[in-house]
Amino acid sequence: MRVLLVLPILVPLVTTVALLLAWGRRGLHRRISLAGAIALLAAAVGLLVSVWRHGILATQMGGWPAPFGITLVADLFGAIMVVLGGLMGLAVIVYSLASIDRGRERFGYHPLLHGLLMGVCGAFLTGDIFNLYVWFEVMLISSFVLLALGGEQAQLEGSIKYVALNLLSSALFLSAVGILYGTAGTLNMADLSQRLSAADRPTLVTAMAMLFLVAFGIKAAVFPLFFWLPASYHTPPVAVSAIFAGLLTKVGVYALIRVFTLLFVQDPAFTHNLILLIAGFTMVTGVLGAAVQGELRRILSFHIVSQIGYMVMGLGLLTVAGLAGSIFYIIHHIIVKTNLFLVSGVVHRLGGSYQLSELGGLYRVRAWLAVLFLIPALSLAGIPPLSGFWAKLMLIRAGLESGRGTIVAVALGVSLLTLYSMTKIWAEVFWKAPPGKQSEPAPRKPAAHERLRPRDRLLLYGPVAALATLTVLIGLWAAPVFALAERAAEQLTHPAGYIAAVLAERP
Amino acid sequence: MKSCILSTATRYLLPLMLLFSIYLLLRGHNQPGGGFVGGLVASTAFALYMIAEGVLAARRALQVQPTTLIGIGLGIAAASGGLDLLAGEPFLKGLWLPVAVPVLGKIGTPLMFDAGVYLVVLGVALLIVFSMAED
Repeated sequence: MRVLLVLPILVPLVTTVALLLAWGRRGLHRRISLAGAIALLAAAVGLLVSVWRHGILATQMGGWPAPFGITLVADLFGAIMVVLGGLMGLAVIVYSLASIDRGRERFGYHPLLHGLLMGVCGAFLTGDIFNLYVWFEVMLISSFVLLALGGEQAQLEGSIKYVALNLLSSALFLSAVGILYGTAGTLNMADLSQRLSAADRPTLVTAMAMLFLVAFGIKAAVFPLFFWLPASYHTPPVAVSAIFAGLLTKVGVYALIRVFTLLFVQDPAFTHNLILLIAGFTMVTGVLGAAVQGELRRILSFHIVSQIGYMVMGLGLLTVAGLAGSIFYIIHHIIVKTNLFLVSGVVHRLGGSYQLSELGGLYRVRAWLAVLFLIPALSLAGIPPLSGFWAKLMLIRAGLESGRGTIVAVALGVSLLTLYSMTKIWAEVFWKAPPGKQSEPAPRKPAAHERLRPRDRLLLYGPVAALATLTVLIGLWAAPVFALAERAAEQLTHPAGYIAAVLAERP
Repeated sequence: MKSCILSTATRYLLPLMLLFSIYLLLRGHNQPGGGFVGGLVASTAFALYMIAEGVLAARRALQVQPTTLIGIGLGIAAASGGLDLLAGEPFLKGLWLPVAVPVLGKIGTPLMFDAGVYLVVLGVALLIVFSMAED
């Protein structure tokens, strides 16, 4: 049991070590990286199965009993996130084997990616709020370098915005942790949960909650703190964009959900209504921002913002149904959004551009790529029977049950606009005639694609097809995923089980 | 520009500083010191050698790539936790040898972890110093 909790952190660490020792040997690097990603996914699935069977797992680092030492704890929500992290890691690493240039590989692309995965998994598994900060930093430092690696002008510009905003967020997070420690005298989240519910100064607790809301809000890219995201996510190579889009903001969402279900539930009339309001604005501004963009990855980046609104909406409702909706939405979103970014990379390979105005006619040359795009795109918009439909249905039903008509109306309206955006990409990239070539017949095969070796083609399309299949499968067999999300949400709304698991676990 | 004085002094200072860094590493468990400071002192020793003799000579004196040092260090630190898992104990719990070793005192996984930190710090610092000097 204990080993399973440590493995999702230890596996990427060992992989990084192996990669550092094999520095400069490209072929070996790629094999180790792939093997590490497969091992991480296996460890994560093992953890999820174990948590499903035995309930919440906890272990104390170094044998120091909670609340004094650092606890690693996995409830269902955390375990689901670790599995998603492992899955995206594998998909993106396979994809990058054919898409990352030699220069970036030589300067440590693979070790950095595994460092990033280690930070992400650590953040999902820790039960200590300061340790959460440390994992955030592990993740951010890797992401800073990944974003800037290659040193193209646009990349550096994006990195500066990304680094500046994230440092601000980290500073706020750290001050909030400091105040929390000064007030409650503990950093263990289970212990904090007990002490804060008995706190004699509820206004101070709410003030701290707001600090955490801003700190995690920046990381999760909610309204009005999302500006760094569309300014930076379209600059690095597409594999990096994809893993950032799939995982990083979701770590912010995870932290928000964790903190606002476990620690700050004293005054939900204020805090959670505020979160609901933020959720509504996030959805609307994100989707409107996407509507005016003309660059493929920028459109997708703005849609991340918009979708974050849905995930946060379930948290604002603070019911089992709402949180289950959020968790289902996160599962759906991570898979679909990573996939859309990966498809955008293939489109770039084929069409030579990310600009909608410069693309066109891809349906004629690659009809099935168009289908592979259409599956995640329609899923994102929420068309049945794909995964996005069930995710939205759950959230909307939860909203109606709680009598929050406004946010439900906003969510439905934003879905429609999402569909508009996806149709726009479809029409511009796949449907319309290639620009500048209206008079002459379109070439049967684009030149760039002919240079792709069959192995590269497999490495690029394999992850895309696998993730698209997963989206369809989640849509068709939604019941098991629904049951998983609902049980995870029940654990979140009844933190007594979490607290007991952490504090009762003796080393 | 090579300075004869610095060059001669470094030849004596380098081993002394490395010895001092090991001393810091070993006393770090209960007194000020430890892997981090030890690694920094060791890296200043090589940095000094680099200033006196040039980057190429310093790289030759180090014999391994700084990235390899980082890898080995991280590996040792991770292994110190891995031993616990093999022994069925919580990750990173301190395991100690039953008998004390002369000079060193009691040794166990905390020292192993610190040695890992020492190598990582040495590797990172030298990676930065060497890259900046080569620019």
